[in-house]
Amino acid sequence: MLDIITYVLIGIGLFFNLMAGVGLLRFPDFYTRLHAGTKCTTFGSIFLIGAVVLQSVAAWIDGGWGSPDSVLALHAAIALAAILVTNPTGAHAIARAGHRSGIKPVQAVVDDLEDAKFND
Amino acid sequence: MTRFVATTVASFLLYLFLTTASGAVGLWSLEELALGVLLALIVAALTRDVLKGDWVRLLSPRRCALLVIYLVGPFFWAMAKANLDVAYRVITGRIKPGIVRISPKLTNDASITLLANSITLTPGTLSVEVEEKTNDLYVHWINVDESVLAQTPRDYTLICGGFPEWARRIAG
Repeated sequence: MLDIITYVLIGIGLFFNLMAGVGLLRFPDFYTRLHAGTKCTTFGSIFLIGAVVLQSVAAWIDGGWGSPDSVLALHAAIALAAILVTNPTGAHAIARAGHRSGIKPVQAVVDDLEDAKFND
Repeated sequence: MTRFVATTVASFLLYLFLTTASGAVGLWSLEELALGVLLALIVAALTRDVLKGDWVRLLSPRRCALLVIYLVGPFFWAMAKANLDVAYRVITGRIKPGIVRISPKLTNDASITLLANSITLTPGTLSVEVEEKTNDLYVHWINVDESVLAQTPRDYTLICGGFPEWARRIAG
């Protein structure tokens, strides 16, 4: 049962990470690629790390309180927290730098930021 | 002083998480505990001038509980829905991108950070720039709804739903 849940989690995680890769190839410009490359990977990673935590917590319970499996469970959980904080932060920095260097969104129907620059 | 203690405790807790199963005192060895306290104090001393402001009030139990409820409830749900939406757009290639300015009227840095990160993590929207004076966000939206473009300031319910209210409750 535990293994089946793990496989399902890994499957979902791989699907979204695959979508991120496909999105990088298919989307037309910098910003839309950033969408695919940063966010689908976060969502995919939640499930992949969820699978790791699930397995290692089960091993921790089996191995008793002092078992070394606690290391894997806690480190994986901390890695997830770090991804959840750093991934959007990095995406902001990249997007902001991109717009300041003059990269325009392709096929854009509206660009309020560009308009705001002219009004200042 | 409160800030110093809070930083020390947070660093020490993180150190404890990273060094489990090292010995017999609980899950840790005495050496690890001693080194953890020492390093936590050093970190707190070094970051004293960096971590300024009144962020300690964010540590209140009510705000932390709200944050957890927000993360596992509305936030995760929005993230799941929106990820399926982006997966659909990756496969079909149907996109209509644009950069939209929204005015969530948040007043402090912590809440605008929380909102910007929430917007970025829910796919389909990506925070590009923040207007420092008014705390307005510029959001790159992968599939702009034309009805929003009719008026300024833009209606943000289609972009980030109830997130601004949550950000105000958690960090406002």
